[in-house]
Amino acid sequence: MRASRPKVAIAAVAVAALAAAGCAESGRDGSSGNNKDTLVFGVAGDPKVLDPTFASDGESFRVSRQIFETLVRAEEGGTKIVPGLAESWEPDAAGTTWTFKLRSGVKFHDGEAFNAESVCVNFNRWYNSTGLMQSPDVTPYWQDIMGGFAKNEDPELGESLFKSCTAKDELTVDLAFNRVSSKVPSALLLPAFSMHSPKALEQYDASTVAGTATDIKYPSYAMEHPTGTGPFKFKTWDISNKSLTIERNDDYWGDKAKLKTLIFKTISDENARKQALRSGDIQGYDLVGPADVEPLAAEGFNVLTRPAFNVLYLAINQKGNPKLADVRVRQAIAHALNRPALVDSKLPPGAKVATQFIPDTVEGWSDSVPTYEYDVDKAKKLLAEAGASDLTLRFHYPTEVTRPYMPSPKDLFELLSADLQAVGIKVEAIPLKWSPDYLNATTSGSEHDLHFLGWTGDYGDAYNFIGTFFDRPKDEWGYNNKELFDLFAKADTTPDMAERAEIYKELNKKIMEFLPGVPISHSPPAIVLGKDVIGVTASPLTDERFFTAEFKS
Amino acid sequence: MFRFIVRRLLQLIPTLLGLSILLFIWLRRLPGGPETAILGERGTPESRAAIRRNLGLDEPILIQYGRFMKRMLRLDLGVSTSTRREVTTEFLQRFPGTVELTVTALIIAIGVGIPLGYLAARKRGRFLDHASVGGSLIGICIPVFFLAYVLKAIFAENLNWFPSSGRQDPTIGATRVTNFFVLDGLLTREWDAAFDAIWHLVLPGIALASIPLAIIVRITRASVLEVLGEDYVRTAESKGLTEAVVRRRHVLRNALLPVATSIGLLAGSLLSGAVLTETVFAFNGIGAFVAESISNRDYPVLMGFIMIIALVYVLVNLLVDLSYSFIDPRVRVR
Repeated sequence: MRASRPKVAIAAVAVAALAAAGCAESGRDGSSGNNKDTLVFGVAGDPKVLDPTFASDGESFRVSRQIFETLVRAEEGGTKIVPGLAESWEPDAAGTTWTFKLRSGVKFHDGEAFNAESVCVNFNRWYNSTGLMQSPDVTPYWQDIMGGFAKNEDPELGESLFKSCTAKDELTVDLAFNRVSSKVPSALLLPAFSMHSPKALEQYDASTVAGTATDIKYPSYAMEHPTGTGPFKFKTWDISNKSLTIERNDDYWGDKAKLKTLIFKTISDENARKQALRSGDIQGYDLVGPADVEPLAAEGFNVLTRPAFNVLYLAINQKGNPKLADVRVRQAIAHALNRPALVDSKLPPGAKVATQFIPDTVEGWSDSVPTYEYDVDKAKKLLAEAGASDLTLRFHYPTEVTRPYMPSPKDLFELLSADLQAVGIKVEAIPLKWSPDYLNATTSGSEHDLHFLGWTGDYGDAYNFIGTFFDRPKDEWGYNNKELFDLFAKADTTPDMAERAEIYKELNKKIMEFLPGVPISHSPPAIVLGKDVIGVTASPLTDERFFTAEFKS
Repeated sequence: MFRFIVRRLLQLIPTLLGLSILLFIWLRRLPGGPETAILGERGTPESRAAIRRNLGLDEPILIQYGRFMKRMLRLDLGVSTSTRREVTTEFLQRFPGTVELTVTALIIAIGVGIPLGYLAARKRGRFLDHASVGGSLIGICIPVFFLAYVLKAIFAENLNWFPSSGRQDPTIGATRVTNFFVLDGLLTREWDAAFDAIWHLVLPGIALASIPLAIIVRITRASVLEVLGEDYVRTAESKGLTEAVVRRRHVLRNALLPVATSIGLLAGSLLSGAVLTETVFAFNGIGAFVAESISNRDYPVLMGFIMIIALVYVLVNLLVDLSYSFIDPRVRVR
């Protein structure tokens, strides 16, 4: 009988399912359930990796900041460095060897004691990296800060800033550097300098970045076994459900975490994160759209505003269009832009017009830089003087992207392009997809006359901002200004902080005279938490620590 | 039948080969590369060059393609440049989600579409007919992502009946076996986990089903109408068969042939619809992952994905062809 075929099939499937049901065991410990000690936090992307040595993305850092600790760290809610795993530190007379006194009674998650020896194991691990560990995308921050390794395999790498580590006694460690640098000790708060358990590093092959050159694979330590000293321990990373679970470290040396479980759930779409918060799927999320800040606050959610530690700028490339090499033309562009109107209408509450390329909370910010107020007539006059009245500029802007310093690039473009047209500059709009088209077009070649980019600071030193942009020739700007480059080199190697800050001020003045681009704004990014979630302090470095988070009872 | 299957599978080889060459060249023609995506704002010309070197992207394209083919022959899809995990592993984590979602959508589309189309044809010119034809027109016209947002805003955000995102509530801490969450819940007897996974499938399933549903309604209706006018139906009726038998044996069976064809073709559009649905519902499937991979210029993931999709597409249509002989005994595949 033909009609019975589907029935036979259904019966067969049912039998097979029942038979299979005996095969798999539930791996649950059965302790889940209480909602008051579990926080689900929505993030925009999966972390790339759990060993911050290899990371350069904010989502990896967010996780590692809960699991790991560094020798120094940023004060809560600020950028000043305060004791972390080190209780105190001081340089020798030359400023190249720093002695760190370590906290006692600290244990890694695997029970190993933290001491001077483990600090050296960590620094030597980074310093002695070989092979693929020297690829700029594998150890990005070590290379950014330290510049090189014990044995550089790529001739283009520089001499390492780090020289050696010596354990003087159980809790005293000397870090020696090859020269004085603005990066020590501030940069040591970066997650890339997190302290890992030497035993776990060894056990899970942490330094074996394997594979052939074409397919770099991280070791199992970096994917499944991160072992630090922090208030939370790694539990599971469920890639198929886009969630990462960490749980309270009951042996933490300081105040124990109030939450038992913290889950980071990836929801890449900004609107979807907002809806998930409203529907109760998550109890907080990051990268809040500027337009959502006020509505969410009005609904009773805890919207925390981070102090602005970023800069958005309009870059001017001097290579593609010879007219732009004339400082008067660049000044005209600066005068043409109505930046206050832009900040008022398009940026979140608390945003400020930038007078220079660093926010005013960073030492070295100068109150006497040349400023370029909105002045249409002056702009026109300057253009006429420079013989550039019929200027046409290729203005690049990114689409489909929100950066913490740049909420809605298309709106910004429309305002600024109208400003430029008002002084007689013709604008050729070139919208590009952020990654990789836009990044590629604006940082290489010379087809880009004007474009937006910006920066969120990693740590509280001016060099991290202006040095990143201007300390050497770059395709982004297309100029060569030896005087500026030399002054940067001098600033970086000046040991005395006060003296260095003076040079930064000088630099900021020189930069604003030379005007390689126009700084636009510093805008405070927001983070939102559920109506009943308290205890989290917003950090300008996005270094929010969740161990103080709890539900209001 | 066996020879038919073998022949169809052999046709896959030139298809995949041609596709891989086209895609390989096209991807590398796009501006920017994985190194730009990896480094973001922090890229310098030197660091970008170093990464290109490490990824072997500075070599002639023929050598790169040769390496790719050598690997494909070993069924090795390589390592993702953005997540640094095996592409195969990535797919095993994400394909099950997309399969669950598309199967849900297909069940909704077929389960509702065929009866509705059939009824519309039987009640031709009556209210139900107009309603389903009009409704299906709307279904085709509404963009999937818009419907997804509306469903979410109403049923998740305001009424709170369904979750708004993801495949499962992460606080459940479900055990993973196959990464098919519903199946895993049944296998491990974590009933709450299985139920929660089904609960998460409802809204995205409906959103994704909208277009196929509308198409199935219309095709079924047209096809049933045509069959109803056939001589053999009149013959069957006049020889005194009951209406139920006529409907099942003569009308529905003959009318389903074009419907089955369209379902095979819909599988492709379901996958592209899945990209949007997955993004809106933060549903971790292959669609959203591939969309991200385009931004990341993740060549291995994109190559692997296209190869697998081509394979799936050919296989689904093979199944559809085979199902003809089941639906209509006159069709014999050779």
